Order: sequence, then C-alpha cells, then structure tokens
Amino acid sequence: MGLSGVYAIWLREIKVFIREKERVISSFVSPLLWLFIFGGGISGSIGGESGYQEFIFPGILTMSILFSSIFFGVYIIWDRKLDFLKEVLVAPVSRSTVFFGKLLGGMTDAMIHGIILLLLGYIFIVQFPLISFLPAILIMLLITWSMVSLGLVIGANMSTQEGFGLVQNFVIWPLFFFSGALFDVSSSNLPDFIKTISHLDPLTYGVDALRTVIIGEGAFPILLDISVLVVFGLVCSYIGIISFGRMQQIK
Amino acid sequence: MIYRTISDYMFAIEIENLTKKFGDFTAVDSISLKIKRGEIFGLLGPNGAGKTTTISMLSTLIRPTSGIARVAGYDVLKDPLKVRQNIGIVFQEPSVDDLLTGRENLELHAMLYGMDRKEMNERIDEMLNLVELSDRADDLVRKYSGGMRRRLEIARGLLHTPKILFLDEPTLGLDPASRRTIWHYIETITKEKKITTILTTHYLEEADSLCDRIAIIDKGRIVVEGTSNELKSKIGEDIIRLTGSISISNLRRLKCVKKINSEPGKNHVDLVVEDAAKNLQKVLSIAGKVDSVEVRRVSLDDVFLHYTGRYIHEENGEDSIMNRIATYRSNR
Repeated sequence: MGLSGVYAIWLREIKVFIREKERVISSFVSPLLWLFIFGGGISGSIGGESGYQEFIFPGILTMSILFSSIFFGVYIIWDRKLDFLKEVLVAPVSRSTVFFGKLLGGMTDAMIHGIILLLLGYIFIVQFPLISFLPAILIMLLITWSMVSLGLVIGANMSTQEGFGLVQNFVIWPLFFFSGALFDVSSSNLPDFIKTISHLDPLTYGVDALRTVIIGEGAFPILLDISVLVVFGLVCSYIGIISFGRMQQIK
Repeated sequence: MIYRTISDYMFAIEIENLTKKFGDFTAVDSISLKIKRGEIFGLLGPNGAGKTTTISMLSTLIRPTSGIARVAGYDVLKDPLKVRQNIGIVFQEPSVDDLLTGRENLELHAMLYGMDRKEMNERIDEMLNLVELSDRADDLVRKYSGGMRRRLEIARGLLHTPKILFLDEPTLGLDPASRRTIWHYIETITKEKKITTILTTHYLEEADSLCDRIAIIDKGRIVVEGTSNELKSKIGEDIIRLTGSISISNLRRLKCVKKINSEPGKNHVDLVVEDAAKNLQKVLSIAGKVDSVEVRRVSLDDVFLHYTGRYIHEENGEDSIMNRIATYRSNR
C-alpha cells in the first residue's frame, strides 16, 4: 500500500470538501431541525424536566455522522463514472490504497460535521465535562470508520445512481430509527421486534457509547459498545477492500 | 509468444481474440491487433462499435471475457499494475476535477504515480507550457472551456512520461478550431517523445490526418486494418456521384465501375470508379438522364460504407462537452 497514494486521494477529498461550502452548510440543516425543533418540541410537550433534548443529542450527532459517512461512500457511483476516481483506478496504485484514501477522506468529512455539531450541542444543549470531549471524539471516529466503510462497500457494488434512494430508505433510515437515537432501547415497554432489531443494529452501540460519555446514561457496558463498533468496522473494511479490488469501470 | 523482459517486446500492444460480453451482448467480438511502438493507431467506428470497451480492457479498467491483451509487454490480467505504470489515458467523458485548479489536478496525478517533488514541479511546468495553459494553471477547472479541459487532460495523461497513450475520442464535442489545436498537440507531442498512441474516433478526418494506421471497427469486430491510403486504394480511387434518373443496370455493364451504392429514397447514385478523369465520359454516355455530376477522391467514409454497408453518421453523439458535463452535474 502506497502512503503517497493514500495521501493524494485524501488530499483531493479534503480540497473538494472545503470548496463545496454550500453542501457542507446545507448538511447541518436536518440535524439542527431534529435537535432543536423535534427535540425541543417533544421536550416542551412532555413538560418539565424531561431531558429529552439532552437524551436525543448523542443520537442526532450519530445521525449526522451516519448521513455524511454513507453518502460519501455511495457517491463513488458517480465518482467512478466521471471525476477523479476513474483517474485513480488507472493509476499504478493498489485498490486497497484507493480504499484507504477514500476511507480517510470520508472520515475527515464526517468528523468535521460531527465535531461542529458536538460543539453546538455543548453550547446549547448539554454542558458535559470537558474531559468527555476526548472519548466522544474517539467513539465518533469508530462510528465514521465503520459507516464510511459500509458506504464504500455499497457504492463499490452498486452500478446505477437509482440506488441512491434505495440506500436512503433501506439502509440509512432503518439504521437510524432502530439505533435508539430517539428512544431507550433498554426500556421494558418496547415492542419485542423493535428491541430485537435494535440489538442487531450496529449503530445502536455507537449511539449508546456516545450517550454514555456525553450524558452518562448507557444501556450497555461501554466495552461492549466499542467491541461491536470495532468488529463491524473491521468487517466492513475487509469487504470494502475486496469490493474495490473487484470494482470495474461503469460504461 | 511470451516476452520475458520488458526491453525485448516488439509491439506496444498485442491483442489476440479479445472478447468482452455484457450479459448476452457482445461488445467486443474476438479482435486481434498488433500495434507497433511509436505509431499513432486509430480505432475508427460509429458509437457503440466497441471502441471504448476495447480501450477500457487495454487500460485494465474492465476485465476481458476471453482472449489475451499485452500492453507494453505486460498481460493486462496478470500484471495490471505494470500495465498502468506504462500507460497514460485521456477518457472520453470528462475526468478532471472541477473544484481543483489545473495545477492541483496535475499534482495529484504526479503523487499517484509516485513522482518526487522536484521532478513533479518541473514536469508540471513543462506540460502546462506544452498545452499552453501556464497562465490559467491556478484557475479552478470549473472556469475552463471544453478545449482547455481536454488540453489539461492530455497534459495529465503525459505527465508521468508513459510509453503508451490512450485517447478515447479526444475531440468529441469540441468546435472545429479546438479540434485542430488538439490534433496539433497530439501530433507534435507523440512524435517528439516517440509515444505510441491509440486513439478512438468516429471523425473520419481525425483518423485520416492523425493516424499512421487505422482499424475500422463495427459491431465489436475489426473489419479492416491498414494505412489510410491502403484502405482507400483497396476499394478504388474515385467516386462519381450522379443525380437524376440513373440507369443502374447500364452502369453495371461498365468494367471501370467497381461498385454502385444507392441509398433508398434518394435520387443519387455513387459509383466507385477506377480513374474518373479517363472514364467519366464513358459513364455519362450510358447513365441515363443525369441532372448533376460530382467527382471526388475516395474517403474513409466510402471505405467504411464498403465494409459495413453503412455510413458513419457523424451527427451521432455530437453534443458538446460542456453539455455533457452539465448533464452529469445535474444528475448528482
């Protein structure tokens, strides 16, 4: 694996990211709506010290990372028809180099989103101890790693752009809704099927880990959360490298 | 024949029975070719003939269904990285990054090809000079015209001094003036640096004026191959076009008339004739009621017609490069 190749691909992603300001800004709209309108609204109607907005903050943070990560990965459908990826695929660099370059690029994008939202949350929603920033950022790194990998796996195996809508409806929203971003997965009142699927959703453990370090409430031991994220990330990266190796040009 | 070292390969490209199927559709049907080092070789054919698929297989972007292809002495299936090290490519669809400057596009390319910094900066300046983009090097590519993008892509394809350059429809969608400029660059650069060049095109004029040798490709098969002059002389020397009510049966009797082409619904007839200056009188005397006569040299279009039964219709795929970029952008 060539490090200069990885660096070149990463550098390209960052330059493009920084120059597409409109897209970056617009990607904050929906997490902020969820956080302040949905979260604030539910909190207000339940009344009193419900703390619902604080409760969903780690979930919305995860959602924002989830969206930017997966879309980054799926975007390579376009990328390899046009743009830079086609040029990368004929360059004398191995496909795992290409994969890691893309992975790091996508993780940087998603982390910039996540950190900005984390700061907004710290200022407006919940003043967690400053020391918690470090574990929060590490957990966010794990989530972006596994989710960008998942996106790249999907992008490398899909051949038409019609798949975008399918990914949103059949991957992103289910991952998000079952993850316990908006509710407590350990609650005994949950219908069984929700509970079962939630336990199978890898993102559940990401949300839980963030919730543990940010507001100190978790459904699972943090070590379990981290183990699930690491295993899921490894599996996705492995499949991703294989998928990139097989990837051919689209006509 | 298997080449053991890099230095003793004779042909830049060797293809044997190369085939690519997409499901039931055979895009490239068992083609065989040998391309000599240093020549400009043209794959001429209409859209959908299999030109791009062939280039994609040679540049390791698509795996062949069957057959063998060796590029710069390396097998595309066994040694794809070695092949990639030795080739440069300019794609049919735009592939430079809009949001980067011209120079940044070249820098990323240099990094991907493992060039060191000093070499990189020297080569980039040299190539920018060559395609006359030095003064626009630090503008975003978004602000470039179609012709400038193409020139940047050619500079990029040559940046790492490849032995073989692939150009997939290098002037598609460009206006005639830019087209000529691009031809000029291709010709001077590849001749000067002795780079083997394979270009695909459906512009007859492009194949005629640029290429040392041409293969006409239609429906995935190579129908004929040779220099432009060889191809033309194979089918005759001159074309006489007669308009009016022409008696084809009379003309068939003439020995100097090698072939008669008439298109349904049109009242003109094209005759492939050995020596029009000498035989025109004879032709006119028995042709029937002739309203007008036109005599011209055989063109590659006639060659194409002769072998495939159709003309290459140049209006296909003629929409401009900027339109195509716009289409892709809006689809994102």
